[in-house]
Amino acid sequence: MFSFCSDPTALTDAQWLACYLTTGKHMAFYLSFVTVMLLLLITAPVALAFGFGGAVAARSQILPLRWFGKTYTAMVRGVPDIAFFLFFVIALDQGLEWINHQIRCPDWTDPIRNGLEFRVCPQAKIPLGTSAQTWHEAYNFGLAVFTFAIVFGAFAANVLFGAMQAVPRGQLETAEAYGMTRRQVFRRILVPQMWVYAMPGLSNLWMILVKATPLLFLLGVEDIVYWARELGGAKTQAFTYPHPDWRLYYFLGLLVFYLFLTKASEVFFERLMRRLTLGQATLGGEGQRTA
Amino acid sequence: MKHLILTAAALALTASMGLAQTVRMGTEGAYPPYNFINDSGEVDGFERELGDELCTRAELTCEWVTNEWDSIIPNLVSGNYDAIIAGMSITEERDEVIDFSEAYTPPDPSAYAALSGDVDLEGGVIAAQTGTIQAAHVAGSGATLVEFATPDETIAAVRNGEVDAVLADKAFLRPVVEESSEMVFAGDDILLGSGIGVGLRESDGELKTKFDAAIQSMKADGTLNALITKWLPDSATW
Repeated sequence: MFSFCSDPTALTDAQWLACYLTTGKHMAFYLSFVTVMLLLLITAPVALAFGFGGAVAARSQILPLRWFGKTYTAMVRGVPDIAFFLFFVIALDQGLEWINHQIRCPDWTDPIRNGLEFRVCPQAKIPLGTSAQTWHEAYNFGLAVFTFAIVFGAFAANVLFGAMQAVPRGQLETAEAYGMTRRQVFRRILVPQMWVYAMPGLSNLWMILVKATPLLFLLGVEDIVYWARELGGAKTQAFTYPHPDWRLYYFLGLLVFYLFLTKASEVFFERLMRRLTLGQATLGGEGQRTA
Repeated sequence: MKHLILTAAALALTASMGLAQTVRMGTEGAYPPYNFINDSGEVDGFERELGDELCTRAELTCEWVTNEWDSIIPNLVSGNYDAIIAGMSITEERDEVIDFSEAYTPPDPSAYAALSGDVDLEGGVIAAQTGTIQAAHVAGSGATLVEFATPDETIAAVRNGEVDAVLADKAFLRPVVEESSEMVFAGDDILLGSGIGVGLRESDGELKTKFDAAIQSMKADGTLNALITKWLPDSATW
């Protein structure tokens, strides 16, 4: 990075640190913060969409759809996150490859499950064995985002279901009296009003999602926890920048990062809540009106 | 139309050629000097240099990927990569699940490192990495085994006094002991396993043949010995 970094053994402490903190490995570490933020920014809206779908399904008048909504929330909420993550990612990956295999290699005769091996034809591998490592990483990341969205979508579905039930019946009745159809009541009255009831639950979920991001590490995505452990471990002279066990400092850095992130989220949610409360038939809304 | 068919055929041909040649090499990246991630974020070490040479000789395009040690065999079997080259000794238990190329190092000496030379190696508490031949040896020796997921944590456990000693490959422990004022080797070296080999899927006979041939040619012209002397000074050569 800097010109004086060419000979790390002959550096002053400050220069050494400057060089050390800008190695290729540290750049990968800094980039992994982007990975985590990207995960959060993609997962949150997708999970919210899943949650909305789940909540609507759970309230549906069509019985099978209602069953689906209820089963989804009950099942995913009832299984420990880590167990679900470990199971679902493998199942999803193998499921996709199996389908791809049926499409691309209908003439394949070797068994797919051969003892412990799961072996589809090379054309059906996702991503292909020949694709660059970036694609493998992107695919793993995609699987992780989808799994996070399924899990957090189930929780969001429960929150939104509760919020929909909490909208005062009188509001809906009034809308019906004005001659609105079921669909119109839902879109114009129920959905705009439910957010204020959903907010406490959803902001809680966001916090849990932020704190669950290290699960990425479990799924083989090289996230900030992976790099903190890798960089913090004691390094011998085999490395350009040898140092003793510094894991404590790296993990301390992560701690600060997460605290900062959750604090910023809290401030954001407080403002959002103030906005959503405006003009609502709740205690908070009434307070704002008379203030 | 003819042009289209030709293009499609050419594409299919290059695709299948590519499929036959790219080999994804799985390693742990946390076990210097065998394999580690250097400061520029690349896989480096004895096995990086060896693997690249093997791929050149076998005329394969190789790509390096890292994977946690404890899931390194399952992920080979499920096809995330095609070869394990991660200081993995050939043992009977592993051979039941995966295949090995012929060994590229003779049985490697393992050693105990501790804070003092007179710790009780038979009755004490000994650290080893999960799923290694060293862990199996400690479990059978009568000492209390404490397992860790990464090699680095086994060393940290000795330093904090959580365990009395660590058992690992001597080539890995040597720089740790030499550069530390407090750690020393304890007891005698022990020879475990039947050498380190490339781990492959049982169904990948073709790849095994290629790697075997490349390893034999490196043994024959002495380049393998030169690599061993360079990276693993305590190990025997061929």
